[in-house]
Amino acid sequence: MNVSMIRGQWNTSDLNAGQRLAIKYFTVAVILLVAQILFGLLAGLQYLKPDFLYNVLDFSVNRMVHINAMIVWMLYGFIGSCYWLVEDEAGVELVGAKLANIGFWVLTLAVAVVVVVYLVVQTGPGERSTIWLINEGREYIEAPRWADFGIVAVVLVFFYNMAATFMKGRWSGISGVLVLDLVALAGLYLAGMFYTTNVSMDQYWWWWVIHLWVEATWEVLVGCIMAWGLIKTLGARRRIVTTWLYIEVALMFGSGILGLGHHYFWIGTPEYWFTIGGFFSALEPIPLVAMVVHAVYDSGVHRFRNANHPALAWLIAHAFGNFFGAGVWGFMHTLPQINLYTHGTQWTASHGHLAFWGAYATINIAMFYIAIQRTRGDIHMGAGIKGAWRWKWALGLTSVGIIGMTVALLISGYEQSFVERALSGSTWAGFFEAQNAKWFVQGMYWREIWGVAMALGIVLLVWDLLVIGRGEQRPATYLVESDEDEPARELES
Amino acid sequence: MTDIPWWASENVWRKWAIWITAFMLLVLIVLTFDSVARITAGHSSVPAYSVINKRIYYQFGYDRGKEFPVIGDDAPLFGQMLSEEEAHALVDKGKLTIQSRNCMNCHTLMGNGAYYAPDLTKAWLDQGWGAESIREQLMLTFLMDPGGNARTYGSNRRMPDLGLTEEEAKGVIAFLKWMSAIDTNGFPKGFKPIAQEGDS
Repeated sequence: MNVSMIRGQWNTSDLNAGQRLAIKYFTVAVILLVAQILFGLLAGLQYLKPDFLYNVLDFSVNRMVHINAMIVWMLYGFIGSCYWLVEDEAGVELVGAKLANIGFWVLTLAVAVVVVVYLVVQTGPGERSTIWLINEGREYIEAPRWADFGIVAVVLVFFYNMAATFMKGRWSGISGVLVLDLVALAGLYLAGMFYTTNVSMDQYWWWWVIHLWVEATWEVLVGCIMAWGLIKTLGARRRIVTTWLYIEVALMFGSGILGLGHHYFWIGTPEYWFTIGGFFSALEPIPLVAMVVHAVYDSGVHRFRNANHPALAWLIAHAFGNFFGAGVWGFMHTLPQINLYTHGTQWTASHGHLAFWGAYATINIAMFYIAIQRTRGDIHMGAGIKGAWRWKWALGLTSVGIIGMTVALLISGYEQSFVERALSGSTWAGFFEAQNAKWFVQGMYWREIWGVAMALGIVLLVWDLLVIGRGEQRPATYLVESDEDEPARELES
Repeated sequence: MTDIPWWASENVWRKWAIWITAFMLLVLIVLTFDSVARITAGHSSVPAYSVINKRIYYQFGYDRGKEFPVIGDDAPLFGQMLSEEEAHALVDKGKLTIQSRNCMNCHTLMGNGAYYAPDLTKAWLDQGWGAESIREQLMLTFLMDPGGNARTYGSNRRMPDLGLTEEEAKGVIAFLKWMSAIDTNGFPKGFKPIAQEGDS
């Protein structure tokens, strides 16, 4: 430990350049997470009280901010996580730290301007200038085109930071996969940066961004973070986690790239996508099973002895959340024979909630705790943390909240697909008949109630992130990577 | 380690990861060339924009086991026959309007978007417009003042006032008519269209 480091106090001056930048990214991520929850609650309330904020802050605006804040805070979390681990993994200082800092401020300024425009200006005339300046009007990638260029520029800087640092230092399995994945992640964004009249063509390429991010490159990115996180928290063997990472990449890209086909059932695309999309997307849960086995097995091998209890708990939550949310809930309606009834109903909302939270929110939160441990002076974050009830209740309430919302939305989704699609001929009258059905409405009430539980969990989480480890004097008990046949050894910092 | 079986070795899985990814990507690229050709306007599943000059029927095909659109006789939108370029320009106005008013964060288009308001894929053919003869005018009146002409089917969910101009509203109607003629492989399931000319 650095002699200048005082345990229990927040001190970023002893962090390396990448880690200092990561703290900035994580801070904005948490602010956007809070925004995501608030606007989600507003949009959920409008299902129950449609007149609430009508023509002031309509459902379309609240929902757009809800999903955009989510995408952006998760990206901030990922970028922050990569900056956090890069110097440790490469063994050298961050290359281009100054440029990286400029990138952070440019991106954050762009995000702030976009959000203000979303809330204040909201919409524009039906001209290309609106797409360039106000709102692109395409779900998840609503950010206007000027902001797209900012995002691409910052991502290129980020990619340069990562690749150049690893090239200067040492490569590992984790960093190799990470850098190649970032090439794909950045490149795919370009597929969403064009306008066309043709809605089929629009959605064909739009899914290249949405699906190949969320169900392919993001999954591999969190695979890298998970591998690094298990080494840090458990002292897992690098050879083991790297082998698992390669297995996950093979299975993830093996199933996920052509799994894209499950979005090509109903947009005017040829019927061969039924077979290809159905088959490969049915395989998509397999890598997620591998990730659960990997995380739980590694934890078990180490008898759950770990350096950071909240971080490991969130990593385990990630493994299960990813499997159930993305895997099981995705598989439930991925075959075309079922999807014909469920596509575009609350089934998708149910899947979306559990998948995004389970797969991506959780692992980012784990990284927040890893960062806090170091920033507070390499403090003890094992058994007997002062105020441990906070992180446990935060984890518990958010988990119960998200599961409650997922189940409530699924019940509404069942009702909707039966009433609207199976019984009422998929007309507008059928849509509203389903929306007014008693069980559908009950589901919407329960979604809001569980949403409030989730929000309480987020309040506790933010509180905990601010105070955990304050005044903690005990040093961290890090576990060094174990030998082939020995469990990990403890190493005092 | 000599006791690690070949199938569990790091090197083997690294190679598998690379080759599997490369192969799947290659297959996707080949399929994309084919799909993009078929969804280009005027090709097999996606009609040319001038389809807005025609009547669009929706039928169940016993051989395919699903519904699909059929292009009928002349039925020009707002009584005006348009050239391909003019039709493209009008549909384009509609698409730009739909994007600029953020329609997709309440509605779905071909099932994608938000689930607060009805799917728009077959909106042109929906029974809610009563009869083909009054449909265009009803749609125009509604879009120009959605709050005042709200039909919420008891849900109390009203479309916000998005300040559409007449040109924009006509563009949206043209876009919806064109979109209803896209062959969406039977989505949405079992759609029952507005009473069509020739229906008994």
